[in-house]
Order: sequence, then structure tokens, then C-alpha cells
Amino acid sequence: MSISIAVNQVSKSFGKKMVLNKIDLNIEEGQIYGFIGPSGAGKTTLVKMIVGMDRPDAGTIHVLNKQIPNLELLQEIGYMSQSDALYMELTGEENLKFFAALYKLSKTEQKKRITYSADLVNLTNELKMRVSTYSGGMKRRLSLAIALIQNPKILILDEPTVGIDPELRLGIWNELLRLKKEEGKTIIVTTHVMDEAEKCDYIAMVRDGSILTRGTPKELKDLFNAENLDEVFLKAGRGNE
Amino acid sequence: MRTLALIKRICLEMVRDKRTLALLFIAPLLILSLMYLLFNGESADPKLGVVNVDSDLVGKLEQGNINVKQYEKATNETIVEESLDGLLIMEDESFELTLQNSDPSIAKSLQMKVNQVIASHVPLKRMGNPTAPVDFSNNSMETNYVYGSSETVFFDVLSPILIGFFVFFFVFLISGIGLLKERTSGTLERLMSTPIRRGEIVTAYLVGYGIFAVIQTVIVVVYSISALDIVLVGSLWNVIFINLLLALVALSLGTLLSTFAASEFQMVQFIPIVVIPQIFFAGIIPLEGMAGWLQAIGKIMPVYYATDALKGVMYKGLSLSDISSDILALIVFALVFIALNLFALKKYRKL
Repeated sequence: MSISIAVNQVSKSFGKKMVLNKIDLNIEEGQIYGFIGPSGAGKTTLVKMIVGMDRPDAGTIHVLNKQIPNLELLQEIGYMSQSDALYMELTGEENLKFFAALYKLSKTEQKKRITYSADLVNLTNELKMRVSTYSGGMKRRLSLAIALIQNPKILILDEPTVGIDPELRLGIWNELLRLKKEEGKTIIVTTHVMDEAEKCDYIAMVRDGSILTRGTPKELKDLFNAENLDEVFLKAGRGNE
Repeated sequence: MRTLALIKRICLEMVRDKRTLALLFIAPLLILSLMYLLFNGESADPKLGVVNVDSDLVGKLEQGNINVKQYEKATNETIVEESLDGLLIMEDESFELTLQNSDPSIAKSLQMKVNQVIASHVPLKRMGNPTAPVDFSNNSMETNYVYGSSETVFFDVLSPILIGFFVFFFVFLISGIGLLKERTSGTLERLMSTPIRRGEIVTAYLVGYGIFAVIQTVIVVVYSISALDIVLVGSLWNVIFINLLLALVALSLGTLLSTFAASEFQMVQFIPIVVIPQIFFAGIIPLEGMAGWLQAIGKIMPVYYATDALKGVMYKGLSLSDISSDILALIVFALVFIALNLFALKKYRKL
């Protein structure tokens, strides 16, 4: 399998605080890759740099063999940020349409993708409502639908399931698994929920700007002789100190 | 096409926000009308108390729009108690005028009127006296005006300044807060994760808010000319053109300064620093009388050039070529601010 995302010796600090310290990562095509770690670990900074919205102080990032930042590449990356960056005065449909236009989708394609992504996140009936009337979960779902709008090869989702009820969470995860399996998409997910981490093909545990340990969920549990990933995380953390 | 999508979105958001629309389109009209009424109001006739003044002179004072009240005896206390603007006492053929002077402008005008009436009155009584001063009072002097006419009021000179200032102020505030909202809500960052270019964002913002600035300018100018009857000697198109340039400057300055604001509240804090000082240099106070370094400050204010051009066109009837240096200055301001905007967005992404 080919490498979809390659992160090479990336460091970043804000002022004096070191947020990321010489991160190396290779993400294969068609994988669900999870960044697991407490808030403030540097997960968001890392995914933002992969999208090209933040510049590393040192090191390079390649996505689909092209160096970041690269404008054309953004066409292939669907990004969902941690905060819901939505236009509150507009309806859900207008939000989707706006982003679809930014990705230069044709009119027919726009319609198809809006129907598909709205259906995926169960928002079809609420599309005509203004986003300001949406609940927190609905806004989260709309953000996810926007990330999918241009049918990108790579999905980067920053805490996608926060504030979403368990049933829909399961539905979204099933869809992510399907996108991976049937469409061969590469998906990066950040989360601090360990049962979601179990569903990833490969996980990297991030803390204080470094990767504590990485591997498939099974490998990690075997390696640390742990029953679940929570335990792995605690043990990996201790081993580092 | 991305620019077009962004412009469409900005317009849609603006149209949904009825209050901001009202602020943009109706507030300037309200303030202009209020200023018009305030500055065009006839001042009330001053109240003058007189003691020992012959009825002939009283009649003349009354003809001169002075409210005369006669007293047997009066002192300074009378002025205060009766709230008179002045007191005229005649003793031994000489006049003594006491002014209340709580409002110097009223006092000055009363003093002038009384002086005029007495000057015209006294020589009449001394007819035949060769040393009597020449009588100027019977409109023997003809007055001509280079600009405007005897009907010109202060508001006619003030209105071009006000029009320019409103366009600047409201466009500055609304475009600045517009881009700020985009920043604080995270949507600007979200935009930066799409293949849009920084130039496309800046262009869309200029055009999107520019559309509303055009509508505002047309409404304000047409209203002032038709409803408030403001003097417009030059071409209406030139007035609109100057205001458009000023709106462009305000737009680019507003979006630029929003970079340095973390919240709407901080954006409002720019008003006393950036907007209010421009009023002082807009021509309400003549720039010529200022100290050299103050004049230099005035010359880095975009509103100074715009109001100078507007006064030129509206009041003096100048053509665009007469005010080309003002126009050029505005264009330079806009270009510099737009370039800085592009640079400021680099914080988000290099491309």
C-alpha cells in the first residue's frame, strides 16, 4: 500500500511552549488513523498542519506525495474542525452549497453531494432551517457533512463525534468504515474516547507534543499487556516518565 | 467562481441581518435629518431689557428682531431673574450694555444688533452735524458671494463632510465586524482549508460589502439632495464616485484593522482612535489655521481628502480634474490597505 500522508520531523512551538516535538508519521492509504490523547496534547495543531492551515517550525509534511502547503491538494482533503465553523445566519443547505461552490463542484454534482452528505448525517429534514436554530449535535453533523461535500480522498476529522448521541455516533462510524472499505479513503480522526480508538486501524497516542506509542489497537494491548486502550495509555505514559 | 460564491454568501448574510441593514441605510438618514434641523433652526429672538431709552429707539430695536422689555430700574440681578440676554441703560446721552453672556454666541449677536441700531439711530438725531458717522444701515452696500449665496447656511458646507464621514464610518464598522465574525467563529480558518486563494477572499469582501456601500452612498446622497435640499453645484455622479472610493478605503481599512481585534468589542475600540480624529480633520475646523505638524497629521487621514473633494464638487462645483489630487490620494490609500490585507491573511496560510 502507498503512503498517503508522510510527516517528517515536524516541530512547532507557540511562544516558548513546545506543542509538537519532532513528530514522524506515515499514514497508509485506505486506513483509519486515530490520534488519541488528552486535550492540549497537540492533536489539533498536528492535523491543522497536515491540512496546511498552520506552518511547522521545522520538518516537512507530504500529502499524496505533494508537499504541504499546496492549494490543489486541498481539493482532496475534507476537514472538520473542532469548533463548528458554520454560518449561523444561513440555512444548513446554504452552508453546504457555499462550500460545494468553493470546491468548484458542478450544479448537478452539488445537488447529488448535498443530498448524499445531508442524508448521511440525518439532516435532510432540517436543511431548510437556519443553523442558528440547530442544536449542538446538529451543528456537529452539519460540519461533518461539509467535510464530505467534495468527495475528498482524505478525511481529517478533529473530534467528530463530540456532542453526538450514541446511536448517530455508531451510524457515523459505520459510514466511516464503509468509506474506507468501499471507496478506499484515508481517514484521520482525533478523539479522546477510547472505544472509538478501538475502531481505528492504527492509533498514535499523543501527549505533550510527542507520540508515546503507536500501533494497531491489538498490538498495543499485547505490547503493554493491557485489557483496554485506557490502560495502554496510562502505562505508555508512565513508561515515558 | 469561488469569489462569486463568497460574494453571494456575504450578501445573503447581510440581507438576513435586518438590523445591520437598517444601521447601514437608515441611521445615516436619521442623523443627517437631525443635523439639518438643528443647524437650520432660526435662533430665538434675544431678550433685551431697557431702562430710560426713548420709544423711538425701542421701536427700532424691535424692528431688528429684538424682544424689548422696558424697566424703570434694573440691575445685574434683573438680568438673571428675568433671564434677559442683555440690558441697555441710557444715562446722560451714553449707552451702557450689559450682556448675560452665558452663551457667547448669543451675546455677540445681540451686541452686534444693538450696536447697529444705535449707530443708525444716533446720527438721525444729530442731523446736520458734519461729524456724524456715515450711515451704512440702509443696505447701501451690496454683497456678492464666490460660492453659494446669501441663503447659504452652515449646514450646506457641513453636509458634504457629513456625507463623506457617514459613508466612511458605517462601511468601516460593518466590514470590519463582518470579517471579524468570520475570524472569531472559525469560519475564516475553515475557508483556509478549502482551495480558495487569499486574493479571492479579499476581493470577495471588497465587492460583497462594496455592493452595500454603493447602495448606502446612493441613498444618502439622493436623500440629502432631494429631501434636505442640500446644495449640489457639481455632478451627482462625481459625488457618488468620490464616496465609492472612500467606501473602498473604509472597507479595506476596516477589514485590515479587524486583524488586530480579538472581539467585536475590541473592534469598537478602534472608533475613538481611528474614526473620531478624522472628523476634526474633515474640514469642520479649517486646516489652514492648525499648527504645521497638525496639518501633517490631517494629511494622512483619508476622510480629509474625501471631504475636500466632496466640498469641491457639491459646494464649489469643481470637476473631477480639479480634485484629481484628492482622488489619487484615496486610490493610494485603498491600494495600500488592500495590499496589507493580503499580507495580514498570511497569518493563516502562505498561499
